[in-house]
Amino acid sequence: MMSTTVTTDQFMQAIIDTLYMVGMSLFVGSLIGIPIGILLVVTRPGGVLENKILYAIINPIINIVRSLPFIILLVAIIPFTRLIVQTSIGTSAAIVPLIIYIAPYIGRLVENSLLEVNPGILEAAEAMGATPFQVIWYFLLPEAVGSLVLSLTTATIGLIGATAMAGTVGGGGVGDLAIVYGYQRFDTFVVIATVIVLIVFVQGIQSLGNTLARKIRRY
Amino acid sequence: MIELKDVHKTYTRKGISNDALKGINLKVEKGDIFGVIGYSGAGKSTLIRLVNYLERPTKGQVFVDGHDLGEYSVKDLRAAKKNIGMIFQHFNLLESKKVFDNVAIPLILLKKNKDEIRRRVLELLEFVGLGDKAGSYPSELSGGQKQRVGIARALASNPSILLCDEATSALDPQTTRSILQLLKKINAEYNITIMIITHEMSVIQEICNKVAVMEQGRIIEQGSVLEVFGHPQHPTTQNFVKTVIQNSITSSVQKSITKEPGSGIYKLEFVGETASEPIMYQLIRSYDVKVNILFANMTEIQETTLGKVIIQLQGETAEVNRALSFLENSGVGVEEVEKHDVNYSYN
Repeated sequence: MMSTTVTTDQFMQAIIDTLYMVGMSLFVGSLIGIPIGILLVVTRPGGVLENKILYAIINPIINIVRSLPFIILLVAIIPFTRLIVQTSIGTSAAIVPLIIYIAPYIGRLVENSLLEVNPGILEAAEAMGATPFQVIWYFLLPEAVGSLVLSLTTATIGLIGATAMAGTVGGGGVGDLAIVYGYQRFDTFVVIATVIVLIVFVQGIQSLGNTLARKIRRY
Repeated sequence: MIELKDVHKTYTRKGISNDALKGINLKVEKGDIFGVIGYSGAGKSTLIRLVNYLERPTKGQVFVDGHDLGEYSVKDLRAAKKNIGMIFQHFNLLESKKVFDNVAIPLILLKKNKDEIRRRVLELLEFVGLGDKAGSYPSELSGGQKQRVGIARALASNPSILLCDEATSALDPQTTRSILQLLKKINAEYNITIMIITHEMSVIQEICNKVAVMEQGRIIEQGSVLEVFGHPQHPTTQNFVKTVIQNSITSSVQKSITKEPGSGIYKLEFVGETASEPIMYQLIRSYDVKVNILFANMTEIQETTLGKVIIQLQGETAEVNRALSFLENSGVGVEEVEKHDVNYSYN
């Protein structure tokens, strides 16, 4: 039997921290990312609200943020984080960079999902005299819901990976536990336990996403 | 109703411009079922998309109900589109919505109240023969049923024009016929003007009263379907007509034709009344000529019978001439042809 210095309470707290970070940053990240994705689709050349300038601004910004490795982004925006949550350490401080990391990613995923929608349906919408808002609301989004669910599943799993790095700013969570106790104190049990927890998380979320998407896309 | 005046459409991509339409003039009257036929790439898809301004003309004007669509504001154009229904080759239904909701969409866009939407949608589904499918998803329907949903959706906002973009091209011949019958019923019962583009001459034959033939961005021939079917002028038109009206002598018959002295080959055309009179019988009884029928075909277009017969007449020149004038006086179109062009000339 392997010995460990980590208590069950610590372990439970780590799981709760991870869920909290993933949940919060997914929620706020979606609030920012989904509109970005929609904006990318409708303003692109040939879109229902074609706007070359707006598209030329958003598109590269997303690429820039997306090209930063999370660990660098985390450190680079510490001043900004402090401005927003008044602190640069702890779970709340980890959420700010997580949101900035995940929102553009969600934006891209949403963009891809929306671009998959059959252009014929948009043509039909236009033939009916739908306004751009109506095209988005009654045609584009309903047709993409199944695909959007899968996109958000992918984003969630990406977030779980990123939260493991949040330990660098004392963010807590199972990843942090694995580094601080498992890696730095050679506590193999913690490493194995956290890996199992992460696998269960990822598997569970993917299965949930797949099931949900299949239910929605019952056609 | 619909009028296109000198319409040009040029697509420019990466500096290379491509003229899809080169000066189209066309007029569709109220109540018409107007067919536009052409091979792929002829520009017919672009043409039909100009009528509801899914495409804007590079030059020229499109009038619907006397209004130039180009003069409308964005908002007025949207309102004008509600008066023009459209159905598509691949139906373009929302896969995520039930049949009921698909048909309801134009009414939701018009912000009608729930009761009114419900009443109208069920009435439309009944009309297109899908009264029992309101709760189905499009993926559970056959191609013909999907197109019926498309038609119900197009009619929801009570349009006065229905545009059909290759609406039957993805369907089998039997389903095509049933959809065409439905379109005919819509035209007759609701007095909706229909414009239909297709590459199938049988579609034109079955329901259109007028037709325009397109090639390389131009209309090469247009008129009543009877006129165009009876006397196709352009080789492309003749090719299209050939697909539905067999009008050439079989090769074995052609080989057996012997050019006897005093004999000639004639193409006869019977239209309407003349097709049902016993003219051949009278010809043989009253004139001393040998009649050899080389080819005969009867087709019905727009409830009018069109008969094409090729005969060989043999006899004294004077008697043959008298026989020919008898035919002409009876209202039969007569034209002498040479043996070698019996196969290729139509007129």
